[in-house]
Amino acid sequence: MDLRTRYLGLTLRSPLVASAGPLTSTVGGIARLAAAGAGAVVLPSLFEEQLRAEAERDAGLAEAYADSHGEALTYLPDPGAEPWPHRYLGLISRAVAETDIPVIASLNGVSAGGWTDYAAAIEQAGASAIELNIYYLPGDPLIPARDAERRYTDILTTVKAVVSVPVAVKLSPYFSSPGEMAVVLDHAGADGLVMFNRFLQTDIDPETFTVSAGFRLSAPAEAALPRAWISRVRGLVRCSLAASTGVETAADVAAYLLAGADVVMTTSALLRHGPEHARALLDGLREWMERKGFTALGEVRGLLARSAGGGPAYGRAGYLSAIEQATHAYAGR
Amino acid sequence: MKVIDGNEAAVSAAYRLNEVCCIYPITPSSPMAELADEWSAAGRRNVWGSVPAVVEMQSEGGAAGALHGALQSGALTTTFTASQGLLLMIPNMYKIAGELTPATFHVAARALAAQGLSIFGDHSDVMAVRSTGFALLASSSPQEAHDLAAVAQAASLATRVPFVHFFDGFRTSHELNEVSLLSDEDLRCLVSADLVREHRSRALSPDRPFIRGTAQNPDVYFQGRETVNPFYARVPEAVQAAMDSLGSRAGRRYRLASYHGHPEAERVIVVMGSGAVTAAETAAYLAGRGERVGVVQVRLYRPFPVPAFLAALPSTARRVAVLDRTKEPGSPGEPLFLDVVAALADGVSAGSREAMPLVTGGRYGLGSKEFTPGMVAGIFAELAAERPRPRFTIGINDDVSGLSLPYDPSLDIEPPGTVRAVFYGLGSDGTVGANKNSIKIIGASGRHAQGYFVYDSRKSGSETVSHLRFGPSPVKAPYLIGRGQAGFVGVHQEKLIWRPEVLGRAAPGAAVLLNTARRPGEVWASLPRPAQAAIVDKKLSLWAVDATGIARAAGLGGRVNTVLQTCFFAVSGVLPREAAIAAIKDSIAKTYGRRGPDVVARNNAAVDAALAGLHEVPVPDQVTSALEVPPPVPDDAPEFVRTVTAAMLAGRGDELPVSALPPDGTYPSGTTRYEKRNISDLVAAWDPDLCIQCGNCSFVCPHSVIRSTFYPAGLLAGAPEGFASAPLDARGLPDTRFTLQVYGEDCTGCGLCVEACPVPAPADPSRKAINLEPASPRKTRRDVAFFETLPAVDRARVDFGTVRGTQFLQPLFEFSGACAGCGETPYLKLLSQLFGDRLMVANATGCSSIYGGNLPTTPWARSAAGQGPAWSNSLFEDNAEFGLGFRLAADQHLRLARERLAELRPVAGEDLADAILRAPQRRESEYAAQRARVAALKERLLALPEPPASVRDLLSVADHLVRRSVWIVGGDGWAYDIGSGGLDHVLASGRDVNVLVLDTEVYSNTGGQASKATPLGAVAKFAAAGKRVPKKDLALQAIAYGNVYVARVAMGADPQQTLRALREAEAYDGPSLVIAYSHCIAHGIEKDGVTLRNGMDQQYRAVASGYWPLMRYDPLLRSAGENPFLLDSPRPRIPLAEYMQAELRFRVLARTDPAAAERLAGLAREEVAQRWATYEEMAARGAERFPAAAPASPATLASPATPASPAAPASPAKGSN
Repeated sequence: MDLRTRYLGLTLRSPLVASAGPLTSTVGGIARLAAAGAGAVVLPSLFEEQLRAEAERDAGLAEAYADSHGEALTYLPDPGAEPWPHRYLGLISRAVAETDIPVIASLNGVSAGGWTDYAAAIEQAGASAIELNIYYLPGDPLIPARDAERRYTDILTTVKAVVSVPVAVKLSPYFSSPGEMAVVLDHAGADGLVMFNRFLQTDIDPETFTVSAGFRLSAPAEAALPRAWISRVRGLVRCSLAASTGVETAADVAAYLLAGADVVMTTSALLRHGPEHARALLDGLREWMERKGFTALGEVRGLLARSAGGGPAYGRAGYLSAIEQATHAYAGR
Repeated sequence: MKVIDGNEAAVSAAYRLNEVCCIYPITPSSPMAELADEWSAAGRRNVWGSVPAVVEMQSEGGAAGALHGALQSGALTTTFTASQGLLLMIPNMYKIAGELTPATFHVAARALAAQGLSIFGDHSDVMAVRSTGFALLASSSPQEAHDLAAVAQAASLATRVPFVHFFDGFRTSHELNEVSLLSDEDLRCLVSADLVREHRSRALSPDRPFIRGTAQNPDVYFQGRETVNPFYARVPEAVQAAMDSLGSRAGRRYRLASYHGHPEAERVIVVMGSGAVTAAETAAYLAGRGERVGVVQVRLYRPFPVPAFLAALPSTARRVAVLDRTKEPGSPGEPLFLDVVAALADGVSAGSREAMPLVTGGRYGLGSKEFTPGMVAGIFAELAAERPRPRFTIGINDDVSGLSLPYDPSLDIEPPGTVRAVFYGLGSDGTVGANKNSIKIIGASGRHAQGYFVYDSRKSGSETVSHLRFGPSPVKAPYLIGRGQAGFVGVHQEKLIWRPEVLGRAAPGAAVLLNTARRPGEVWASLPRPAQAAIVDKKLSLWAVDATGIARAAGLGGRVNTVLQTCFFAVSGVLPREAAIAAIKDSIAKTYGRRGPDVVARNNAAVDAALAGLHEVPVPDQVTSALEVPPPVPDDAPEFVRTVTAAMLAGRGDELPVSALPPDGTYPSGTTRYEKRNISDLVAAWDPDLCIQCGNCSFVCPHSVIRSTFYPAGLLAGAPEGFASAPLDARGLPDTRFTLQVYGEDCTGCGLCVEACPVPAPADPSRKAINLEPASPRKTRRDVAFFETLPAVDRARVDFGTVRGTQFLQPLFEFSGACAGCGETPYLKLLSQLFGDRLMVANATGCSSIYGGNLPTTPWARSAAGQGPAWSNSLFEDNAEFGLGFRLAADQHLRLARERLAELRPVAGEDLADAILRAPQRRESEYAAQRARVAALKERLLALPEPPASVRDLLSVADHLVRRSVWIVGGDGWAYDIGSGGLDHVLASGRDVNVLVLDTEVYSNTGGQASKATPLGAVAKFAAAGKRVPKKDLALQAIAYGNVYVARVAMGADPQQTLRALREAEAYDGPSLVIAYSHCIAHGIEKDGVTLRNGMDQQYRAVASGYWPLMRYDPLLRSAGENPFLLDSPRPRIPLAEYMQAELRFRVLARTDPAAAERLAGLAREEVAQRWATYEEMAARGAERFPAAAPASPATLASPATPASPAAPASPAKGSN
């Protein structure tokens, strides 16, 4: 069974990509994922903002009580604090050295210099590709939509100008017209689109009056949104498409592939069941393909995409049909 | 030319000329060892191409031993030390010299602990090693410290005589000045590789075996000792040769003994070290005015170069004053004086000198006492007297022995054109750092520069004074900028202008820069009268800037350094303004660049805003202020505090005469209470409505500023308006009020109390029952004064077993100068609350001895009844033994008291005597009862008309009838390293001593060097590449004895367990060891930008992650047939990484060496898991698998006269009243 696929111009041995998460943050975790058959790994995002804040905080800590007491002019060795991602770059180079699958780095910058400098350093460290995690929370909630969109293309073109490895963009689904956004990014030179970023909203605890950054593993039901958009974008863009969110079983993988994804990314399932779950997913995919008579992944990919005539369910008719079903199911309650 | 300090100058040469460095931290030499360690970790090579190995030992004694071994094995080996550290090396120094082993020790010379410890500079330490056979070579400046470090090494290899190369601690070791560094090539020329190979050829080697280190008998030892003479005879010549060789390469020429001054001087001073620079400059100044005076600067002191000295001393000299920076009580004179007299006598008797001049000997500069041109002139003046005093001191007022010479402190010999600036700031505001930076900027502009910094003896709220000089010629002035001499005075904190000494340093016409938030028109009126008077009288110009506001607006927090540095350049004109601003911005880019563009941008913004916000304040021609400076201590303070302590607090300690000081180092207890420092703008404030009276806040308060009491409601009648109270939350006490009083003037604003408070406000989660709020000293003073009139809670009514109960016990350790949020002091406070009235503390040198015993004011206090902890510090290495001595004396005197009392039963009253002799003493109520009985006994005995000797004997030891609580307190540097042998022995003694280890996991006091308590993976000084081996398990070591009570505690994780462990340890009649997790500034922790604020949370994480398992080992349980090992914390429930990632000491490595960090983190996880498994297994064992507990304290057993003593309660923690 040939599970190979192409993503960002790279040939992957399987379509299952372990996306950013705790498992991809250590060389050991990456090695286990590779051993379990993952086609590629995406490292957790390098957050420029966090890096800067850490450097500043650590420099401040190293300075605490400096030059205050004659016996101790400092209390810690110089941390060499600088907003430079030694640890991250080290992870890339060691992961590249110790595995034979593509290592994709993920970058979240805040300044133009941050995007380009870090992107160049990431390429230098040996990453096979860069995923731009443009997780953009404007200080001004009233920023015009076009400006917010332009930011994506600006960052993409800036980074493309300084690196030669492929560059993917991870999108959020919250554009007025996500399909058009995908096409715009494709034209701007994106080598791939990752659909979608899960916008991690905040939680509020009414008992303690605390607001916290919410975090939940994704659930299969959440796959419907990215799957719908992938099936629509498939065929409209030249670049690769990666599906992300809501993968739990081999059937979820198969569904994404049928919708038109080149690769299927998962973090939640691997965290829930361990990195070895990648093998179970792939075995399940293989079993399904055998059962359905496929011999290579290319036969599956995009089979039910909109452009391939994925059926009336994708159109307005599908919408009406869904309403009818709901009415039928819940009528009279 | 580089602007560096003397330490860096010396180690720059020493590191490059050695293969092995055996190190141990001690002030003021530590920076040499730190740099060597950093360079080695970074792979810097020596001049022969290898990276020196740097190894930290457990003590200086250990360093000397390792060094001796490395030398004997052929490696070029060095060490860096000072003071007591050098003394610990003495035994090995005799060996190293006796074996003719070339080596050079670099010593930042420092005073020795005598009537008190001093970290400051003099020659007491090096003079104590003059008989070891080491050559002694003295440097007088940072440049010399560099050059002579190399000269010493060259001469040592050439002659095989080992050298101590020394320079004045702080004055030279910490002075920033220009140093021209020798290149590697220079060093290779100076120190020939052939000599290095010869050294190796003499090494022990199995390939050509011989024995060195024999034991010798009366037949040959003496002759053997005399074999070395020719080697010593060659030393002076070899040193001069090395100096000449350096001179020809570098152009700096040195002599063994140099002469400076009038060519036909009649009066001459002989002196070593930095004092020689002051003396020489003054002599040149006076000679220029026609005085026939001069100075002989001795550089080579051992072997004393008699011919060179005689040659240096002009034949015209008739009067010679020899100055020693040491004291040798009882000697006919100090060492250099005696040597000079002997040399002159030799010269005269050998005919090389015509007549014996009159030679006087004087002491100067002990413990970094200033040595100024005025003093030099005073000595020359004395030499001109008809009959100069044969022995004298200079620089102090000795009204006891009358030895001190008068002098004119205002003599100013510095060349015109020298810009002198002093800056008063806080340790936390970046003043010193900015000044170091300014020196570099100005140095780079081609002007000569010097900087010296005076630090506070406290850590929290510490004040700093920076002394900067800039001039057209090299600055040779190793003394502070004196009164009336500064052309610029920077007052970086508004409150400092209230100190009279600040403007006292201003020269007439000087510029004063004041950081104040007041509007330009209001500045003048805000000044106290003395400050206005100084400004008007000396016609000072006054500049003001709201540096604090500008820094805050720029996002720099309390770091006012950039703003004030900019204003200094703008006002002083030391450089053209535009050039200066460009240089500052350039330096900001360099200094802050690596912290990211935001920080650079903020600092640059601060520079621009500084210029915009700087303005000159119009000065009227007369004083208008009615604001007087309050006295440093209240009028009702004891006399000693009002006179002596107050003078020290006011910065006038130098003026105190000898008679004012106690001759034996005895000072009154509890003087911090008289010094209201008001160091924090935000202080703890209590919300009585929310408070549940749990006591957590006062339990964790490191500065004992949170006090609680309860009292009948009626007492509130006289309370000042707004005095806070709440109904006491306790059953059975109606009409009783509770007050939690914050001593706001002593609060450091650390916020530990807020973090510890379990009660958030219902509608405002940002508030708790205790919060940090703006300080209001006036209200605080009024409330505290009333609070102190409330009756203290009767100790017998307090539940000692609960955290809630302990808040009602008066702390007898209060308001120390420890860091804000210190992790050690809450334990000491608790100790003082629980056992304070019968507590004896032996305190190892370290942070706890500094905040516990550093003058001017000290925190160990006394109760209203006059009792309180007896505290002393012996040394660093011997603390366990010192404390054991307390126990031995107490046991001995208890036995004596009991024997006498038994004999005197008829006199004392049989009932009373028996009651005393049979009294149980484990519970607070029992102590109170016994104390009352002893008081009654003493009263009875004192009333006897003619008491026999036995009665007087009993009276002299009767206090011991109340059981004493002996605590041996120290940090991990002491317990795990330097004092480990003694601690082990004392634990093995079986005696009833209690050991409290305040484990910060580094040498905190000297700046965070690694100890054997430092955890795996942490970065510390001396472990710059991350600690590679796990922390020693001191608890398991002690448990191995079987009869030692052992506990590991962390009050932030479980205060109740801490309390229980301390009480059990104290009650156990045998040795006890309590290891207390103490968060520390050296861990690099913060919350909301406040350092240490999350200290207690970190303690919780340390325990919750399994890193710091709480446990107790109670031998009494073993005696009762139970498992004595109690694991007090639940299984790890958070990942170790969550604990480690919160601390910079663990994060640093991930930045610098991610692979190593990941590997070490993995090892650390394994280690924690393994240890947890071991503990869990131990906690589940049967009692029979532990050693049968040895009998209790031998003292108890060995008291034949002891009547049946009550058995200790099986579980002393249960119930106490």
